[in-house]
Amino acid sequence: MYAFDIARPTTLDEAKAAIAAGGQALSGGQTLIPTLKARLAMPETLVSLHGIADLKGVSTDSAGRICVKGATVHRAVAEAVADSFPALSYLASRIGDPAVRNRGTIGGSVANNDPSACYPAAVLACDATVCTDRREIAADDYFQGMFTTALEEDEIVTEVKFPVPQAAAYEKFIQPASRFPLVAVFVARFADGVRVAITGASESGVFRWSAAEEALSANFTPDALDGLSVDADGMIGDLHGSKDYRAHLCGVMAKRAVARAV
Amino acid sequence: MPKDSGIGASSKRREDIRFLTGTGKYTDDINIHGQLYVHFLRADVAHAKLNGVDTAEAAAMPGVVRIFTGADFEAVGSIPCGWQITDRHGQPMQEPRHPVLAHGKIRHVGEPVAAVVAETRAQARDAAEAIVLDYDELPAVVDMKAAVAEGATKVHDELTSNLCYDWGFVEENKAATDAAFEAAAHVTTLELVNNRLVANPMEPRVAVGEYDRADDMHTLHTTSQNPHVIRLLMGAFVLGIPEHKLRVVAPDVGGGFGTKIFHYQEEAFCTFAAKALNRPVKWTSTRSEAFMSDAHGRDHVSKIQLALDADNNFTAIRTETYANMGAYLSTFAPSVPTWLHGTLMAGNYKTPLVYVNVKAVFTNTVPVDAYRGAGRPEATYQLERVIDMAARELGVDPVALRRQNYITQFPYATPVAVEYDTGDYNATMDKLTEIADFAGFDARRKESEARGKLRGLGVNSYIEACGIAPSNLVGQLGARAGLYDAATVRVNATGSISVMVGAHSHGQGHETSFPQVISEMIGIPEDQIDIVHGDTSKIPFGMGTYGSRSLAVCGSAMVRAAEKVINKAKKIAAHLLEASEGDIELKDGTFSVAGTDKSVAWGDVTLAAYVPHNYPLTDIEPGLEETAFYDPANFTYPAGAYACEVELDPETGHVKIERFSAADDFGNVINPMIVSGQVHGGIAQGIGQALLENCAYDADGQLISASYMDYAMPRADDLPFYSVDHSCQTPCTHNPLGVKGCGEAGAIGSPPSVVNAVIDAIQSGGMNVAHIDMPLTPSRVWAAMHAARTDAA
Repeated sequence: MYAFDIARPTTLDEAKAAIAAGGQALSGGQTLIPTLKARLAMPETLVSLHGIADLKGVSTDSAGRICVKGATVHRAVAEAVADSFPALSYLASRIGDPAVRNRGTIGGSVANNDPSACYPAAVLACDATVCTDRREIAADDYFQGMFTTALEEDEIVTEVKFPVPQAAAYEKFIQPASRFPLVAVFVARFADGVRVAITGASESGVFRWSAAEEALSANFTPDALDGLSVDADGMIGDLHGSKDYRAHLCGVMAKRAVARAV
Repeated sequence: MPKDSGIGASSKRREDIRFLTGTGKYTDDINIHGQLYVHFLRADVAHAKLNGVDTAEAAAMPGVVRIFTGADFEAVGSIPCGWQITDRHGQPMQEPRHPVLAHGKIRHVGEPVAAVVAETRAQARDAAEAIVLDYDELPAVVDMKAAVAEGATKVHDELTSNLCYDWGFVEENKAATDAAFEAAAHVTTLELVNNRLVANPMEPRVAVGEYDRADDMHTLHTTSQNPHVIRLLMGAFVLGIPEHKLRVVAPDVGGGFGTKIFHYQEEAFCTFAAKALNRPVKWTSTRSEAFMSDAHGRDHVSKIQLALDADNNFTAIRTETYANMGAYLSTFAPSVPTWLHGTLMAGNYKTPLVYVNVKAVFTNTVPVDAYRGAGRPEATYQLERVIDMAARELGVDPVALRRQNYITQFPYATPVAVEYDTGDYNATMDKLTEIADFAGFDARRKESEARGKLRGLGVNSYIEACGIAPSNLVGQLGARAGLYDAATVRVNATGSISVMVGAHSHGQGHETSFPQVISEMIGIPEDQIDIVHGDTSKIPFGMGTYGSRSLAVCGSAMVRAAEKVINKAKKIAAHLLEASEGDIELKDGTFSVAGTDKSVAWGDVTLAAYVPHNYPLTDIEPGLEETAFYDPANFTYPAGAYACEVELDPETGHVKIERFSAADDFGNVINPMIVSGQVHGGIAQGIGQALLENCAYDADGQLISASYMDYAMPRADDLPFYSVDHSCQTPCTHNPLGVKGCGEAGAIGSPPSVVNAVIDAIQSGGMNVAHIDMPLTPSRVWAAMHAARTDAA
């Protein structure tokens, strides 16, 4: 780690000013701190979002959407939506370990957009809206590839608004070492159709499996996925699983998610 | 009824009070006034010609005291290798120079190239980034078979090839073994990989060098399993410091598992630099450094063949192994694939002919050396996998096939040069059959199948050679040291006892179990006895802790020293009681005259030894302190039978271990709870190897499993509750306690049963999969099943 200064703003405006002055936003730090420890980044100032009360908490808006503020830690989400959105609660309750869940935040997760992160699958499958300090971005526009999003350099994720599906489930198959998803699938059934988002698997980051969405929109049962497969081209192939294996797991995890959701 | 103290009692581990309350004192807790910090600049390429190291800019950076490079160590000795192997043709192994800092060439990712010593750790690291290396990259030598092919790039230019040695054992048996294969009714052949592992002790390595100019005294504080061995290797071979001017201290050590046996460059560096700079120098490894600088374990590629006659009797075993040495020869590296592996290839079986061939190979990877089990897991894995495969090929029960071929008469001289003194392999298999509930397996399998899962049961036997080792024997085999151990029993005036032991405790619980032995011998409470270890200035001598040797070798030395103490105390008691020495009995801490009510307490005798007012001064010296060295007559041979039961998800390839049972014969047991704990830990590491852990290099020699993001350590929820038993006890016949050693058994005995179980599960699903290499990750298991399904379709 290189030496750095730390700013601890208590309002969003203070944070924006500090970031505009060249500071690097720090939310839960679950990716950024290890990056700093490995000396792979050298920010002069870290701007902690931890002390901004307005960036924390979970509520429901007039449209019935579950609104999670950007700096809310996973444990808090898991507890807050246990009854109102069990699938999201389940996802949040199984990210990393207790230490991670008490530091890591939803804003940090979706801003980083690690191709193996859990939250992007829920955001994309639910057609959630990512709110920032300057605009609102639809999930389909927000995720733009591995570690790439629609965010501008100094933009802060302030809130994520989730429409609550009629039925949903998240199925994760872990990479044995990191315990990030090797492949994880979030299925969400809404009145107007089913959305299926897959994380961990693709070189392009989180993605929607449109063939599965079409089949499940017509028939929301695991059997509807019979005969469908994800193309192994474009899948991640590494020490922990080949492209073929990941493509295969997409189908298995999707079926299991549907089985649990119905 | 279980005892509550002494031999056989499950006394609570007294050392845990400090370990669990954060009051242990580890090497990194040692900070000395005026201390400097070193940061090693480590190679990030696997193989290169090193033309120069430009330190000019770095040397001028804040806080930098001095930067050392390989050139500073030209006059310093090579990091030594402690074992010389003689090859099949009677020639000594090829032994390259192992420099403290790379000089002229870089040979593996992580090799230290320069060392920055600065006032703070951060300053040292900052300056290291300003060092400019001038090098020309060379092709990396990674694959062992390619490394020994004609025309391969050489890791060491001064050697004739990358072949360290080509060892045959027993070479005289080769022709007869080959003939037995010609005559065999059935031959089973299996090629397999014993995966490379990183030991990953919880505490990374640390070294603090200190030098006292006034009396020319060097002190090295280090994370070592064997401080006297470090003093010998570093003092005599690297830095040229005589023993009386070099103190090596290994305080609390947070796990070793073998990788803290060896003498490392960082230790020599800190000792050398402390004198050069006349200030203490400290190094603390990061976890990232540990992955690329701690000696790795295993990494064998083997082919094993088993020959059977028409009645399924084993007639011969033949193996060919490529053993990775890495870039340099670590302390005991050459002995692991040879004398710790070839000698165990008979296993628990009366196979009359065994021939083992081992080719040790240099590659551009981190040096490989002993890791929990060291050679014996590799032997056991080959043997117990090929027997299982033979049973499947022949359509016979794998347990029955083993039982049919068990050695049942002892002592038994194997065809691979060792003599098993005692054992009862049917007894441990009987016990396993009971605790693993073989009888209930079919019902459990049906229950799994009803849920769409596959269930498999895997069984294996194992034997190991522990209590390392008879010095005269290992000397003939190439060891450059004796492997005895030593203990001093110091009785204080009021009767309490300090025992200075050569064995080092870093998780084994010696501080609890060793006093139990003394307590049993003398009959005083365990809390009157303390163990002192880990400091060459406090203990007489010692070869340290590895090879499950502490109790069998050092414990025996302690018993011998205690016997000397008791004999002398009896003389004193005889004087005090005005009786004949031959009539004195010691029981429950009291000396009495046989057949009378005359007695004197232990404390009165010890007081007399130090306050000798009424004392036979003309016959014996005052004081009560004795030292003994003990050199074992033979290895010890713990053995047992293990069973693993897995549930396999046929859709994902995920393996869940549902049951794991271990029936071990460790001979006599001092503390059953500690023994169970040792077995638990060993099994965790064995399951880790079988299912999770894999140290992987790419073709360029880059370590691609260089952190916990990619190197999978077993977690609690990867493991089942174990059923372990050590009630089958055939005491060792040649050491005073009848003990065999239990530290490595779990890691040796568990991998084959895990793999056997997974293969059993897959085959129960109708898929023809004969073998999968460890670790059996979901990806590998699925790929094997997928290929079998595709072939069948």
